[in-house]
Amino acid sequence: MLDNAIHDLLDDRKGSVLETALGGAPVALRCETRSAAGSVSQRACVFCGSRVVLYPIADALHLVHGPAGCAAYTWDIRGALSSGPALHRHSFTTDLRETDVIYGGVAKLEKALRELIAQHAPRAAFVYSTCIVGLIGDDVDAVCRRVAADCGIPVIPVDSEGFKGTKKDGYKAACDALGKLIGTSSDPSVPPAPARSVAGINILGEFNLAGEAWMIRDTYARMGVPVVATLTGDARVDTVRLAHTARFNVVQCSGSMLGLAAMMETNYGQPYRRVSYFGLEDMAQALYDVADLFADEDPGMAARAEALVAAEMARVLPLLAPFRKDLEGARAAIYVGGAFKAHSLIKALRHLGMRTVLVGSQTGNKEDYERLQQLSDPGTIIMDDANPVELSRFVLEKKADLLIGGVKERPIAYKLGLAFCDHNHERKIPLAGFEGMVNFAREVHGSVTSPVWKFSSRRRS
Amino acid sequence: MMETEANPPEYAVNPCKVCAPLGASLAFKGVAGAVPLLHGSQGCATYIRRYLISHFREPVDIASSSFDEMAAVFGGRESLTRALDNVATSYRPELIGVATTCLSETIGDDVKDILRTYQPDAGRDCVRVHVSTPSYSGTHLDGFYATVLALVQALAEGGPALDLVNLFPGIVCPEDLRWLVRTAKGFGLESCLLPDYSDTLDGGQWTEYCRLPPGGTPLARIRESGRARASVELGWSQAGRETAGRFLNRDFGIHCESMGFPIGIEATDAFLAALSRISGRPVPQELEAERARLLDAYADAHKILAGQRAVVFGDEDTAIALALFLAEIGVAPVLVASGGTGALAATAVAAYPQLKGFDVTFLPDTDFGRLGEAAKKAEPTLLVGHSKGAKLARELDLPLVRLGFPVHDRFGAGRLSSLGYAGSHRLFDDVVNSILADRQAKSSIGYFYF
Repeated sequence: MLDNAIHDLLDDRKGSVLETALGGAPVALRCETRSAAGSVSQRACVFCGSRVVLYPIADALHLVHGPAGCAAYTWDIRGALSSGPALHRHSFTTDLRETDVIYGGVAKLEKALRELIAQHAPRAAFVYSTCIVGLIGDDVDAVCRRVAADCGIPVIPVDSEGFKGTKKDGYKAACDALGKLIGTSSDPSVPPAPARSVAGINILGEFNLAGEAWMIRDTYARMGVPVVATLTGDARVDTVRLAHTARFNVVQCSGSMLGLAAMMETNYGQPYRRVSYFGLEDMAQALYDVADLFADEDPGMAARAEALVAAEMARVLPLLAPFRKDLEGARAAIYVGGAFKAHSLIKALRHLGMRTVLVGSQTGNKEDYERLQQLSDPGTIIMDDANPVELSRFVLEKKADLLIGGVKERPIAYKLGLAFCDHNHERKIPLAGFEGMVNFAREVHGSVTSPVWKFSSRRRS
Repeated sequence: MMETEANPPEYAVNPCKVCAPLGASLAFKGVAGAVPLLHGSQGCATYIRRYLISHFREPVDIASSSFDEMAAVFGGRESLTRALDNVATSYRPELIGVATTCLSETIGDDVKDILRTYQPDAGRDCVRVHVSTPSYSGTHLDGFYATVLALVQALAEGGPALDLVNLFPGIVCPEDLRWLVRTAKGFGLESCLLPDYSDTLDGGQWTEYCRLPPGGTPLARIRESGRARASVELGWSQAGRETAGRFLNRDFGIHCESMGFPIGIEATDAFLAALSRISGRPVPQELEAERARLLDAYADAHKILAGQRAVVFGDEDTAIALALFLAEIGVAPVLVASGGTGALAATAVAAYPQLKGFDVTFLPDTDFGRLGEAAKKAEPTLLVGHSKGAKLARELDLPLVRLGFPVHDRFGAGRLSSLGYAGSHRLFDDVVNSILADRQAKSSIGYFYF
């Protein structure tokens, strides 16, 4: 059956799906390529990548230069919470019309920028270029320079034309934009603070969905580590500008921010570690890793981290036990944006007695997929840039009981009578950290054990 | 009072519309065995899928030609050809609906020619229909109607007349689509309802993934639209524009009746009178009973509604139909707003004499930024429209009666009916109960009887 399913893949998709074998060495999975035309990829575009990374900066003006659709589809799309201003939750667009496409959108862009900055007094503005801007040749950079000079705030163009690559290229464009802010002072007469002057860390790739960044910051605070800047969860323009002063960077959601971490290491000498806050082991490791980074200047931190982890484990494990009792032996499928998160989820599911039978991502790279193969049981399906036809087929072939994904994956699960856990932008419940693991267990349990599945045709058959 | 602007606004804050390719995708989803294919960047298809999924809570597969830089520079012929191949192989569709985007329109891809010269693999042929939907022109509603027109232009055939009525609704919910078919049947008429996403986007559970969800207007039925007794077009937004009904009238001599959405007594009376004329049959008894119940409800609740002032927004068809309905039940439509530019334009407003007695501000081509400012001046007591108004409702601390597209913050968008006496009754109850719930919540007494 499974051979048939893999054989049935579109030619363009062969090589992007594999089944792990017993004891075999990892096989190279085709990834980091453009989505196959007509394949109904779950990925969005370059613009999407940029928008999700920069979106949580709450006191910046995010102006989408293009037709209204691009801005409308991303209006308040992410649950990235702010503790103060919430300018990011508005959707600003130049709403380009046919005449603008013919005569150019520069004048409109400049007027929009000036008026919106005057009205909302943002601390910086990001101008996202959409497909059309790349074609009509608007000199967005020149407009941004003029407006920045007159308004006295950074006005940063984001090269996010949808067709210029994949979602990952959008991450890169966003990181380039962040790079232009980091290390700058809002007052040009004040000399910039020296790099690495604060005994704290930056968290890169943490977007404060459902308040997760606050929980993580709190946990690091208990270890005695201040967080200088979170990029970009609950971020402010001025904290982003200070990011160069932190001693180290930790990078979560590595797909989006690893490039920025490398740039900051080069420019400011900040070493970095990849971390994940999902699941108990990875959360614990994220604390140990930071303690390790500070081993020289604060040798006591390791002990504090261990004590903290021990206390949290003692608190959380008994809370997980009742969930595990019901979930033991259930099978899970994972399809998420970044592959690094998938690694953590496989481990987190094991804590609940669940086995992962399918795991895939939109933006994983070769190393991510090798690691996934090593982590997975034999017979696990690994897939890059999947589509609904493939996801549904393999989910059924592998008899998954649960699908973990986002909004676009949810109806696939429900149509087929599978449980579902939202692990994407829209989640309203924090799933990171120790407390997040309990929430995750509750979410999974609530769906897998729901009585409604007894009516589902799949279960009856 | 009329607020129309000669020039489009310089920018939008919280748009009150989405783009034409979404409307095209929705219309193609209402054709049996069809797969929409957007000729543009991958994001267009994915964002639109996400937006539609959040409304219908159903899988919505939309393919993309997935432009890259090479395609943008050298043209999208190869990408589109590859996409057509892959969709045909993977989905085995009866029809692929190709809609353009701002990208493919601006680089000047000749999609008609690409489709004409396209050579499908053996055994993988299907109907291919093209619609031009540059995202910088019009709204999702315009893309929707353009697609219905394109389908009829591509498929309608002449021949001996059939006991068939063409029904071209605007963007209404699946429950309303079912009502339209049922109602035509009550007059002894089969219908060519186009589009019909009542099953494709509001269906049951599956045992395996349905690449082509059951339902939709059969292609054979669309072909027969050229042999119908008449067409009925719903919605005011396309006044003065080429539509499927006007095309069939001109090219096939099919009588066309255009009217607003049948929401409320008067509008439903007009719709049923049209079906009665077309079929030569009287209005069925059970509809008369529904009408009586609705009138009775109007009487029961009229004092709750007296003095209420509503801000109405949505696509133009929905916004104007809601304004007329609210006027009918004694709620003043003080502000009628839309992201579209047709039905609320100065020239069109004269077509709604029922609104003459009210001091209505019409706000076409708006965003929620300007809508919010106008709403504050209008001193409303409730909002009626789609769920993107929830932010404004929260700000003004007023109830929002949800209707139209999209509804992203409640379940059951597919069953938010408003057409006919029964649909109007559901909406009427919702309006009245929203006012009561608001009063109850804000009352220090906490009344138990209303």
